Amino acid sequence: MSQLSARDLGLFGLVAVLILGTGIFQGVNTALVLLNMGLVSAIMSLGVNLQWGFAGLFNIGVMGFVALGGLAAVLIGMPPTTEAIAAGGGGMAIAMTLGAATIVAAIVAYRHLAAGLTRNLAVLGIVVVGFLVYRTFFDPARDAIEAVNPAGTGYLGGFGLEGAGMILAWPAGGLIAAGAAWVIGKTALGLRSDYLAIATLGIAEIIIAILKAEDWLSRGVKNVVGIPRPVSYEVDLQADPAFAERADAFGLDIVAASTLQVRLEWTILFTIVLVLILVLAQLALNSPWGRMMRAIRDNETAAEAMGKDVTARHLQIFVLGSAILGMAGAMMTTLDSQLTPSAYQPLRFTFLIWVMVIVGGSGNNFGAVLGGFIIWFLWVQVEVGAAFIMEVITAPLPDGSALETHLLAGAPHMRLLTMGLVLLLMLRFFPRGLIPER
Amino acid sequence: MTDILNAIIVILNFIVIPGVAYGSQLALGALGVTLVYSILRFSNFAHGDTMAFGTMFVILFTWWMQGLGLSLGPLPTALLALPLGIGACALMVLFTDRSVYRFYRRQKASPVILVIVSMGVMFVLNGVTRFIIGVDDIRFADGERFIIRARDFRDATGLDEGLAFRTSQAITIVVAVIAVAALFYFLNKTRTGKSMRAFSDNEDLALLSGINPEKVVAVTWIVVAALATTAGTLYGLDKSYKAFTYFQLLLPIFAAAIVGGLGSPVGAIVGGFVIAFAEIALTYPLRKVLAYLLPESLEPDGLVQLLTTDYKFAVSFAILVIVLLFKPTGIMKGKAL
Repeated sequence: MSQLSARDLGLFGLVAVLILGTGIFQGVNTALVLLNMGLVSAIMSLGVNLQWGFAGLFNIGVMGFVALGGLAAVLIGMPPTTEAIAAGGGGMAIAMTLGAATIVAAIVAYRHLAAGLTRNLAVLGIVVVGFLVYRTFFDPARDAIEAVNPAGTGYLGGFGLEGAGMILAWPAGGLIAAGAAWVIGKTALGLRSDYLAIATLGIAEIIIAILKAEDWLSRGVKNVVGIPRPVSYEVDLQADPAFAERADAFGLDIVAASTLQVRLEWTILFTIVLVLILVLAQLALNSPWGRMMRAIRDNETAAEAMGKDVTARHLQIFVLGSAILGMAGAMMTTLDSQLTPSAYQPLRFTFLIWVMVIVGGSGNNFGAVLGGFIIWFLWVQVEVGAAFIMEVITAPLPDGSALETHLLAGAPHMRLLTMGLVLLLMLRFFPRGLIPER
Repeated sequence: MTDILNAIIVILNFIVIPGVAYGSQLALGALGVTLVYSILRFSNFAHGDTMAFGTMFVILFTWWMQGLGLSLGPLPTALLALPLGIGACALMVLFTDRSVYRFYRRQKASPVILVIVSMGVMFVLNGVTRFIIGVDDIRFADGERFIIRARDFRDATGLDEGLAFRTSQAITIVVAVIAVAALFYFLNKTRTGKSMRAFSDNEDLALLSGINPEKVVAVTWIVVAALATTAGTLYGLDKSYKAFTYFQLLLPIFAAAIVGGLGSPVGAIVGGFVIAFAEIALTYPLRKVLAYLLPESLEPDGLVQLLTTDYKFAVSFAILVIVLLFKPTGIMKGKAL
C-alpha cells in the first residue's frame, strides 16, 4: 500500500465513517445496501478508469456494457423454456447464423473488391438480400418463441444454474461485454475522441433498444424477475433451526438476522471481486504494459514512432475495460434479481460512472474506487438530504400550498443538480481528482 | 389510378409530413451543435438540456400570457412567448459560458475536457429544469389544431385515405425556414457573422485581424440559445414537452450534425432530414402502401415493418456509424477533429 498517502487513507476513512454513520442513523440494513451498490459502483468506475485513465479512450457507452452483463445473469440463471426452444430455437439459431454470415460476407466483399460502383452495389446487394433471408427465418422463429406462454415466459430462458453456480454469471457478463466491445472497437476505435464518444453513446442506446425490443431474448419490457442468486435466501435461513439458534444467541429477531446475513454475504462476495480487480489493475498499471498505455495516452504519435501498435493496444484495453463493466452489470442484476431493460438510463449508468472516475481521480485505481463509493453515497443521500431540507424550508408555508407541494415534489431532482455541481467544481478546482494520478 | 393516389397520400401522411417536421426540428438542433463545435471547438453534450431549458421558459411565459388573456388566435400562444424564452435561454448560456467554459477556454484545455465539462453543465441544467417544471408530460399547444383534417380531406377528394396536416407541423416548417434563412443571412452578410466564420476557419488569423474573440463567443452562444429554444419549442408543440425527451434528442441531433459534416451549417440541415426520414421510413409499417400498389395476390400478410419503432434511435446511430466509417467528415465535408 506504499502508493497511498496518509491523506488518501484519510479519504477512505471518511468513506468508512459515512457508511458507519448511515448505519447508525438510518439502520444497518440501509448501510449495507448502500455499501453493496458502492462496491459494484467502484468496480464500474475501475472499468471506466482502465479505458479513460490508462489509455484516454472516451467511452460513454458504459450503460450498454452494464446492460449486457445483466443479460448474462438472465442467460446463466433463468431456467430454459423448453417448449419455446422446441418451437423456435432451431429457427432462431439458423437466423442468427445467417445474420452473422451476411455481415461477414459484406466485410469480405468490401475488403476484396476494388473500390468503385461495383463494390458498393455488391456490398449493398449482400446486405439487402442477407437481411431479407434473415428475416424469413427470424420472424417465424421469434413469433413461435414469443407465443409460448407470453404472460409467464415468452422467451428462450437460460441455462438454469442456481445457487453458487450463479457466480458464473459474472465472468459470463464480462465475456459477453468483451465480445461486444471487440466488435464495437473494431469499427469505432479508429474515430477521434469526440466521435468515439458519440459513437459509443449511440451503440449503448442500440444495445438497450435490442434488450427492450427482442422479447425472445430478454423478455423485453416485460422484464425478467426472480433471477437466482449465489447467496442464501432469507426464507431458507429462517427455516433453518441452526440459524434461528445463532440469531437468538446474538439477541436478534430471526427475520432481521436473515436479511442481515444475506446482505453480508453479498458484501463479502463483492468485496472479493473488487479486491481482485483492484489488485490486477494495480499490477497492470505498474507493469511495462501500463507504462506503455500511458505513453500512448500522453503522446500517441511518439508511441507510434517507437513501434507501438496503437490501434491494437486501444482495442485490447477497450475490451478489458468493457469486460469489467459487464461483470459489474451482471453483479448488479444478480443483486437486484431482476433485469429491467427500461431502467438503463444514460444519466445513471453512463454519466454518473464518469462523475465517479473524474471526482475520484482518473488514472489512479484507488481514486476510481474512492470516487465510486463517494459519488454513490452522495447519489443516495442527496435525495434524503434534499427532502429533509425542503421539509425545513417549507415548514413555515401553509400546509398544502402550491409552492410547498412543488418544492417537496422537486426534491428528488436535486441529486442531478448536485452531481453536476460536484463534477463542475472538481473539474475546476481539483481537475486531477481526489487521489491524483502518480 | 386511385390506388396509386391512395398510396401517395399514405406516404405523405405518415412519412413525408412528419418527416419534414421532425427533420426541421433536428436540423435546428444540429445547427446549434455545429455552431458550438466550429467556434468553441467541442461537442456540447448539454445541448439537449439547453433546448429543454429554453422551452421550459417558453412554456412558463405561455402560461403567463394565457393568464393575461393574450393569444394569437388560431396560432399557438407559444410563438408569442418564444422571444422571451430565447432571452431567458440566452442569459443562461451566457452565464454558463462566463462561469464555466471561459476558464477552460483561457487555459486552452483539450476538447475532450470541454466535453466532460459540458456533461457537468448537462447534469445541472437537467436538474434545474426538472426541479422547476417537473417531469410530467406537458402539452402547451393551443389555437387551431389542424389545417387539414383527415376526414375533411377524404370528403373533399373522395379518396379512401385521409391526409392530416397539423398546425404545429406547418408552423415547424415555416419557422424553421425563417430561422435558417435568418441564420445564413447573419453568417454571410453581417460583420459579426463574417467574423464568426473567420474565427471558425482560422482562429489565429482572426485574432490577428483584430476580431474580439470574447464577442464572437458571446454572439455564438446567443445564436445557439435562439436555435435551441426554437427547436425545442417546435418539438414540444409538435409532440409534447417532457424534460427527459430532450435529453434523448441529443442522440439524433448529434447524428444529424455528424452525418452532415460537423462544423458545416448546410450539412446540419441535410443531416437533420436524412436522419428524420431514415428513422420514420425504416420504422413505418409499409403494408398499407404495398396493399394499394401490389396486385391482390401479392399483398403482404405482415406489417412489412423493416424495424420495430423501438429501434428509432438505433436507426440514427446505425447511420451515424456507417457514415463515420466510410466518410469520416460527413456528407458536406465538415471538419475532422
